[in-house]
Amino acid sequence: MSNSQFHHTQTAHCESGVISNLLGHYGLQISEPMAFGIGAGIFFGHLPFVKVNGVPGTTYRIWPGAIFQRVCKRLGVKMESEKFSTPEKGMLALDKVIEAGIPVGLQSSVYYLPYFPPSYRFHFNAHNLVVYGKKDGQYLVSDPVMDTVTEIDPESLAQARFAKGFPSPKGKMYYPVHVPQSASFERPIKEGIQQACHFMLKVPLPMFGVSGIRYLAKRVRNYAENPGDRKATLYLGNIIRMQEEIGTGGAGFRFLYAAFLQEAAVLLKKEELSKLAGELTKIGDLWRNFAFAAGRVCKSRSADNISYKELSEMLLQCAASEDAFFRKLSQVKW
Amino acid sequence: MKKEEVPQDDDNLHEGTFKQIMYAVDNSGNYVQVQSAGWEPENIALGQAWEEVNEKVKAARASVDAGEISPVAYYMEKNLMDLPLLASYVGKFQWQIKRHMKPGVFKRLSPGMLQRYADAFKISVADLK
Repeated sequence: MSNSQFHHTQTAHCESGVISNLLGHYGLQISEPMAFGIGAGIFFGHLPFVKVNGVPGTTYRIWPGAIFQRVCKRLGVKMESEKFSTPEKGMLALDKVIEAGIPVGLQSSVYYLPYFPPSYRFHFNAHNLVVYGKKDGQYLVSDPVMDTVTEIDPESLAQARFAKGFPSPKGKMYYPVHVPQSASFERPIKEGIQQACHFMLKVPLPMFGVSGIRYLAKRVRNYAENPGDRKATLYLGNIIRMQEEIGTGGAGFRFLYAAFLQEAAVLLKKEELSKLAGELTKIGDLWRNFAFAAGRVCKSRSADNISYKELSEMLLQCAASEDAFFRKLSQVKW
Repeated sequence: MKKEEVPQDDDNLHEGTFKQIMYAVDNSGNYVQVQSAGWEPENIALGQAWEEVNEKVKAARASVDAGEISPVAYYMEKNLMDLPLLASYVGKFQWQIKRHMKPGVFKRLSPGMLQRYADAFKISVADLK
């Protein structure tokens, strides 16, 4: 069985990392922040009604798969993407493709990936990794958030690919069939920025974008009554984890997006974007302060009304800054 | 966040064996990738999530030993699952799973059904009982 040479680079976020690594394999060099920016990955959403293990969901990024789709569309990359009804079919198809020397992106559940530290292994089904070969019955894996390549046994991989729950990966695998040797980033950058601004400012629902941050702030203010101290610390803990755990680049993707703006500024020779990147860095620091304060509340396991109020104020400040930031970004002249 | 401010709090659950990438600015204000061993607030949040899991597992274990619920409930917690997730793994409705959590009903489950639970939990049927 042939093993294609695959160049692995560790990245912060799995989806933008897989894009960067996969396209790089075909000679289209795109950095992780660039992929994240062109895919308009930055977002915010708080969904109190969508509970995972009894804790409301919070996200700092767009839904899984969206970054991928957008980057491919904007850069003219053609992808083949398949889902399968049974693990047998899914593994067979995978073997066929890697035998042809094609590295394959896979959607999988973190829970069944033995190479992750046990402390990170929750049922999270939207992780992305690349399988680039098979050796002595083991699959060769380039997981973008790991610092080196690793291996996985077929059984674990099948379990990870066919995990149940939401979103169920159904063995989803994808690989490029046509990658342009070079692409102009100018238009994709512009479209990516405009789309990100739209999602942050214009979605007419209170749970999303900048208004989503205000919505969360309002709920945090009342955490002492609803859901009460014990649960509130779990809720806060989840917000922190979504913001700071692997794959966020720090501060809920804000630094990652700022890195994108900086790269875009150089590429398009637009000093304006570089200034905005500096502003977003400061907003990222606001988020980190929030996480720090929330972490203290979690540690003491309870908080008086004042600290919930303080946390709420901090969130409102984040919201106000992001509001101003994305308005400026949306007014950049192209 | 400056490069020097990237947190290196490695007193976490994975003992600093796993380093993640963060984006931070260097002295001239340019973004660079920096490895981070972990950050205190995240460590607290992660530790707390596991504590919650362990408490639930312990409580379920106690109830099983007291004969109040069946091992299905214990293994569900142990595998970090909730009702909807377990239901989709064994291909049953949630109310059926709840029923199977009654010790009396559990005792009468068919070998096939037990096997499905054992598969979902990655254990043997003997362990399940």
